Amino acid sequence: MKIALFITCLADAMFPEVGRATVRILERLGHEVAFPAAQTCCGQMHVNTGYQEQAFPLVERFAEVFEPYDAVVAPSGSCVGSVRHQHAMLADRFGSPELRARVDAVAAKTYELSELLVDVLGVTDVGAYFPHKVTYHPTCHSLRMLRVGEKPLRLLRAVRGIDLVELPDAESCCGFGGTFALKNADVSAAMLTDKLDRVTETGATQLCASDSSCLMHLGGGLTRRQGPADSPNSIKTVHLASILASVEEPS
Amino acid sequence: MSTYLGLPSVRPPVAPAGVGLLSGDRPFPAAAKDALANEQLRRNLGAATRTIRTKRAKVVNEVPDWAQLRAAGAAIKDDVLAHLDEYLIQLEEQVVARGGVVHWARDATEANRIVTDLVQATGVRDVVKVKSMATQEIGLNEALAEAGISAWETDLAELIVQLADDKPSHILVPAIHRNRSEIREIFLREMGRAGLAADPGLTDDPKALAEAARQHLRRKFLEAEVAISGANFAIAATGTLAVVESEGNGRMCLTLPRVLITVMGVEKLLPTWRDLEVFLQLLPRSSTGERMNPYTSMWTGVTPGDGPQEFHLVLLDNGRTATLADPRGRSALRCIRCSACLNVCPVYERTGGHAYGSVYPGPIGAVLSPQLTGVQGGFNASLPFASSLCGACYDVCPVAIDIPSMLVHLRSEVVDAKAAEHRLPTPEAAMMRSVGWLMRGRRRWPLAVRALKLARPLGRILGRDGRISVAPPPLSAWTADRDLPLPAPESFRARWARDGDEMGRGKP
Repeated sequence: MKIALFITCLADAMFPEVGRATVRILERLGHEVAFPAAQTCCGQMHVNTGYQEQAFPLVERFAEVFEPYDAVVAPSGSCVGSVRHQHAMLADRFGSPELRARVDAVAAKTYELSELLVDVLGVTDVGAYFPHKVTYHPTCHSLRMLRVGEKPLRLLRAVRGIDLVELPDAESCCGFGGTFALKNADVSAAMLTDKLDRVTETGATQLCASDSSCLMHLGGGLTRRQGPADSPNSIKTVHLASILASVEEPS
Repeated sequence: MSTYLGLPSVRPPVAPAGVGLLSGDRPFPAAAKDALANEQLRRNLGAATRTIRTKRAKVVNEVPDWAQLRAAGAAIKDDVLAHLDEYLIQLEEQVVARGGVVHWARDATEANRIVTDLVQATGVRDVVKVKSMATQEIGLNEALAEAGISAWETDLAELIVQLADDKPSHILVPAIHRNRSEIREIFLREMGRAGLAADPGLTDDPKALAEAARQHLRRKFLEAEVAISGANFAIAATGTLAVVESEGNGRMCLTLPRVLITVMGVEKLLPTWRDLEVFLQLLPRSSTGERMNPYTSMWTGVTPGDGPQEFHLVLLDNGRTATLADPRGRSALRCIRCSACLNVCPVYERTGGHAYGSVYPGPIGAVLSPQLTGVQGGFNASLPFASSLCGACYDVCPVAIDIPSMLVHLRSEVVDAKAAEHRLPTPEAAMMRSVGWLMRGRRRWPLAVRALKLARPLGRILGRDGRISVAPPPLSAWTADRDLPLPAPESFRARWARDGDEMGRGKP
């Protein structure tokens, strides 16, 4: 299967290890991964801030870049949510029926990582090893836009060595919300505080989610609260892809 | 020229500014900041919303065909909205045929004048009120007060809000921001001014508080000659009005006084009695988390010798037709004011209702208020941004209003309206345009991503341990409470260009 990686602009510049982890998982499972270099951004930041006109060229670009592949995978529920739910709206508003059809076709084969693994490739055990106490925060868009449900947890439960603990109030938003974190910074921070309190209660040392954006917000709150990430007993943030890519080092 | 319903037209008028309670006196983030600083408020809200949403989830999950009921609710409301003109005429004919009088109010100002004139014609100076969002929306109590008429709220929570000279902060539980010891103080301090005073030995036991309210209100009910209500539903086929409530105060108001005046938003219609079957299941489970509400009052015109002998129905537009004109916004008019979206909203839970400035707070308020008033002028332009787009509201909405998509749509309306108003782009617009320009460039964007690492030395100035903890605006809003990571030393695309898919097999 010809799988294209949509890295997402945030992971590209800030969290490239998430992209590398995604590639490692898929190649370990025997798939070929392509990285079309002409890719840019899904346009979600522009759409969700009200700049639909600026987002439209990115929608056209996305369709053009990813059309040739069998499947597109992104390590982000939010960006896949944008492709699946917002691109059609923008194609209708600024494009043509022809573009709308292309956008729909590409959206239908664009998957968040856990969807690709579980639904398309049919695997839950990806051969990972991660001997840490982990709690999982289901990000809002993966949960309520994509309805990934239990898929990330099924993947995590199959990881060897993992001690997976349940996060109380898991389904409540962490407060990131894109430019919401800047425009309504005080509310965002109040939501973050409550989320981090719940995370701390679990006793986990690793906070896992499947969106680099939410993790940037959660991680920024954690380091602010507890000092450097490498201090003892500190909680670290980790992307789902990074856990699934981890394997036992040969001794 | 724009068209509306296929005809060349201007857009229908929005609700007038300066009358009623549809927008606040400052933007949402500023009002939210104050609310967040109030620890008591946050505790009250946190406890109350958690209780209601748990109850709702329990009674909704026990209905096997909830998804179908919800789809039916949405479909019935969409039919009403698509044929509003026909159903409204039908309703008017039926109400008139059964002895009622129908008044059409273009906006809050007209509705207030109609009701004030009607009350003045009776000669009374006191009226009792059933809890009603529409009359809150138009500021009816204030308009009546200006005419020397006292309007007494008889819903317990509305009474608390009124006695404290406060504003409602929740659609269903307007005093959700108060706890019982605060309520006791309000009763002791204010009840005497408004009528029968509270017993000085009043405790904050909920039963004692309810009894004090009952005693206080009983006298009002028995003395009242005129009642004013809203309506949850109106049946076009028969001209029947319906009010659902929990305390029985509504039943008192709707049956005891001689004159009944009902103010109803034009979108509250249902085609037939049978449609009530759907909504009387959807509403109580979504709002109070009950299987059935305690009191459902329905009346049709006037019945000689039984109940009010004079009935007036005021049909209120106040921006609803303008909302209906927007295909992407009109489904907000499906709303049945259950407030389920408030109770699950992480933003509402922390700020409470006052921060929204409108009688319609929370997620539905963030899409309804700016549509009723328009996004130009006033502070309602800040409301579509008062959401992290987490989507919890859409999931619980009993009439399936896609609030997150509507918020996104209204954000673009706000941005487009600003662009039309200002010759020069705002700093935000300039930034968004520049980033958009970079992103759509075939060569520009890869260069920009690779160049981001050049910002890393900034970390030595602004940060520590590879994190930025103090940044200049607009990023200062981020770093006030969170660290910001530095860009990676090598972007993904740079590494891929170097190693290609070999990176998968290599070390991280």
